[in-house]
Amino acid sequence: MVEQTLYSITQFYPEIIVTVTLCVIIVADLLTKKESHTTGWILLGGFVLAGFTLLLQVGRNESVFFDMIAIDPFSLFFKLILLLAGIFVILFSVQSRELDQYMNRIGEYYMLLAGMMLGMMLMVSSTNLLMLFLAFELTSLSSYVLVGFTKHSKRSSESSMKYIIYGAVSSGVMLYGFSLLIGTTGAVDIYGINEALAAGTDQTLILNISVLMILVGMGFKIAVVPFHFWAPDIYEGAPISIAAILAVASKIAAFGLLIRFFSISFADAGGISATGAWQGVEGIHWNLLLGVMAALAMIVGNLTALRQDNIKRMLAYSSIAHAGYILMGVVILAAEGLTSVMIYLFIYLFMNLGAFYVAMLFSNKIGSESIEKYKGLGKRAPLQGVALTIFLVSLTGIPPTGGFVAKLYIFGAAVSAGWIWLVVIAGITTVISLFYYIRVVRNMYFYGSESGNDPLQFNVWSNVILLALLIPTLLLGIYFAPVLEFARNSIHLFGM
Amino acid sequence: MEFSIFGIGILTWLVFVPIVGMIIILMLPDKNRNAIRWTAAGATGIQVILAAVIFAIFDRSKLGINDAESFQFIEKYSWITVEAVPWVGRIEINYFLGLDGLSVLMVILTSLIALIGVISSWNIQKMVKGYFALYLLLVTGMMGVFVALDFFLFFIFWEVMLLPMYFLIGLWGGPRREYAAIKFFLYTFVGGILMLLTMLALYFSVAYTDPATGQSVHTFNILHMMNPANYVEGGLLAGVDTTWRYVAWMALFINFAIKIPLFPFHTWLPDAHVEAPTPISVILAGILLKLGTYGLLRINFPIFPDATIYFIYFMAVLAMISIIYGALCAMAQDDFKKLIAYSSISHMGIVVLGIAALNTQGMVGGVLQMFNHGIITAVLFLAVGVLYDRTKKRGLYDFGGIANQMPKYTGLAMIGMFAALGLPGLNGFVSELFSFLGAFEAYKWITIISVTGIIITAAYILWTIQRVFLGKTPEKMSDLSDLTLREYLAFVPLIILIVLLGVYPAPAIELMNASLSHLVEFMNSGG
Repeated sequence: MVEQTLYSITQFYPEIIVTVTLCVIIVADLLTKKESHTTGWILLGGFVLAGFTLLLQVGRNESVFFDMIAIDPFSLFFKLILLLAGIFVILFSVQSRELDQYMNRIGEYYMLLAGMMLGMMLMVSSTNLLMLFLAFELTSLSSYVLVGFTKHSKRSSESSMKYIIYGAVSSGVMLYGFSLLIGTTGAVDIYGINEALAAGTDQTLILNISVLMILVGMGFKIAVVPFHFWAPDIYEGAPISIAAILAVASKIAAFGLLIRFFSISFADAGGISATGAWQGVEGIHWNLLLGVMAALAMIVGNLTALRQDNIKRMLAYSSIAHAGYILMGVVILAAEGLTSVMIYLFIYLFMNLGAFYVAMLFSNKIGSESIEKYKGLGKRAPLQGVALTIFLVSLTGIPPTGGFVAKLYIFGAAVSAGWIWLVVIAGITTVISLFYYIRVVRNMYFYGSESGNDPLQFNVWSNVILLALLIPTLLLGIYFAPVLEFARNSIHLFGM
Repeated sequence: MEFSIFGIGILTWLVFVPIVGMIIILMLPDKNRNAIRWTAAGATGIQVILAAVIFAIFDRSKLGINDAESFQFIEKYSWITVEAVPWVGRIEINYFLGLDGLSVLMVILTSLIALIGVISSWNIQKMVKGYFALYLLLVTGMMGVFVALDFFLFFIFWEVMLLPMYFLIGLWGGPRREYAAIKFFLYTFVGGILMLLTMLALYFSVAYTDPATGQSVHTFNILHMMNPANYVEGGLLAGVDTTWRYVAWMALFINFAIKIPLFPFHTWLPDAHVEAPTPISVILAGILLKLGTYGLLRINFPIFPDATIYFIYFMAVLAMISIIYGALCAMAQDDFKKLIAYSSISHMGIVVLGIAALNTQGMVGGVLQMFNHGIITAVLFLAVGVLYDRTKKRGLYDFGGIANQMPKYTGLAMIGMFAALGLPGLNGFVSELFSFLGAFEAYKWITIISVTGIIITAAYILWTIQRVFLGKTPEKMSDLSDLTLREYLAFVPLIILIVLLGVYPAPAIELMNASLSHLVEFMNSGG
């Protein structure tokens, strides 16, 4: 027992480092001057260090802490991209003007960010329903507070409130689902559930209800239709850096959790079949249900995004649509589908963070998030304008950008598994998405500025960060073999 | 046939020289406008020289089409290879370029028109740097499509053209440029998505056995897709004359028909042409439209011979409608540019009718018509551009008696107009004759009806000449100067080609004859 615990701790360094950093930040916040981002830099160091220790785990495939946590290539992949997203979000926060008047509480901000990261890292690796729920709640609670961090802003407080209510209800429903599942199968960890289901059960109805309930919670986190209503309001109200982490990291983590939970709990004895059909729970055609959810997310997300004027709201609806595209890959719960999901998430990280980043830079300078106010910005901020154009083009999925490769693999997986109708919907909605993405580009370039023509000045660091997001977005469109290789090697779930 | 410079194949140079030019332009200071212009001229000039080299050493007897061995100037490098993914097998994307009789003429056309486009862009004053950078990116995309033999590569180049074109119309265009730009973008993007889906379906249906390792490899190689033996058992597009093959053919056809543009997918063209600046209209009509018919011949025909034959009447009828509808619409226009735009629809219909004949005359006529139409419409758009530069007007009724004011200009423009009309002795006549001859053999009635389009064409062109060049000069237009040296530079090479190919078309026909005969044979035996 002690031995296993001690051994487990050696496999748990990344999480421990993040936890320690969290504690250090609390102390540092008391000791350092309030008006600086010192705590942010400490957190950045913590994330980088955690990333390095993660790399030591390459190739591990085992379960630690008495089957609570899986250390496998799958979780490694997700943790790496989560940390990467976290690092970018810290870099965004340091430059954010929105946070300026809350500098006396900035330590709290970074502490919560550390908590959220810890929660997300546990989300993608836990194999026990209790652990899974705790991780889920740790992430949620941190993010509720972060969304309302700019507390003098009415919108921010309002969105925090909304987020809590939506979030609490959906995690409650999910928890209920868990309890039903535990009750019918008598197991708390996903392997046990799988065994119990494989042995056969006559509680089909309850099982179906419980899985539906669990889908509610997860659907909420990935913001997929019909659980998406919170996203636009919350993104609009939250500071842009937090909207970015919600749209990217939190979504990535939720997908990791969803994939692990469903593919292990309901796998067949021989693993998942080529078309990814789940036989574990009878009664409902699960693939079809997810397929319909994906289709709805693509349709609703893209159509609603057409009418938005606030760039954060637009990006919120766009991220709902992207959740739909990613869910398409989950529908094909076979290797191809999972690989394509992981490629998508990796590329999505760069392009979506990039779009949020430029939105933040512009908001810092012109004090507005309205797309109408972007008129003439292409000329006033050439690099940022071109960068935003490329990010948006990539989100649309036009080559030679990363977004195209992401879509290519998702569409490819769906075509090869025979989900033609779903791909056709995805294709049509992609065309629709062109409208609202290109509208931003059009405003930046085709119109003269209404608020002065002086060029906007950005410091060198902000350009460096921008390039750090821009270059991968472009490069991944031309040469993507390494990501493909990385994703393909990372689909090994412990126990599969 | 191989030819390389510094160890890099000539086709790669041809495709990427504009990109190099673009990078140089981006590094030049904004104010140095002439250096920017000369860089663009240099990049496209090098392309013309390379194209001339290709024309000189191209082996006219090699077949190409579906046989990798007989393609010329082949460059094939592994781009992305991922070993054995479960259920998918090895993934392979190649950087695979090559030329055969079908593409060689298009490559020559592209390089020529691109250079002439730069010459006629010389007096663009707004954001010169951005303009030429985008222009060169566009040229790379077009050239890439004509030489790519890997579907993935083909697709990338195809889509690379979208954004530059959007900005070139949207930023440098006329009053309704924004509407025209998004309309162009949207139409093409819809086509692109259809092509993407078909490409994926093909990819998963085709696997060839790697002779070295015996592995089954999924591939985007267009040539492998033409071989029925490479289709995997149970693949979506395996077999002959299946519903899915028809669907896939139709998806690709719509994509290419949008580009051509064939009735009823043509409505973006008049808008785009009217709003685009002159050099972009030249590129659009001269090269971009040819991508559509080229795509049909390179992809639809040899990959889906069965479906092509199944839909061939449908194609011929659409071509017929385009010919007549385009000509009638052209007659009704009072905007010079719109008139040429509709005449393009009509003339591209002749191309489609020619290739739909599925015999050598028709095919040769069709491809030659692609080349000729590229040159003729380039002249016509340049002619409109010259008038527009001087008067800022494009309405046909605004002009009159230009012949008295600008006799030399009128002479050159009229040669272009007569070539469009199909006057014997000029190049348009030869290719239209071949197209109709071939088509007549295959579809008597469709061809007979289509030929009436020629009469309408004659009518609107003669009427245009009368309205613009003859008659009395309106008072406002009494001091128009004749062509400048730069304008001559743009006009003269094209006029020479119009006359030369009208009198002696053999050099062009020789280039493609072997390949196109082979394509016809392949279609008739495989389908």
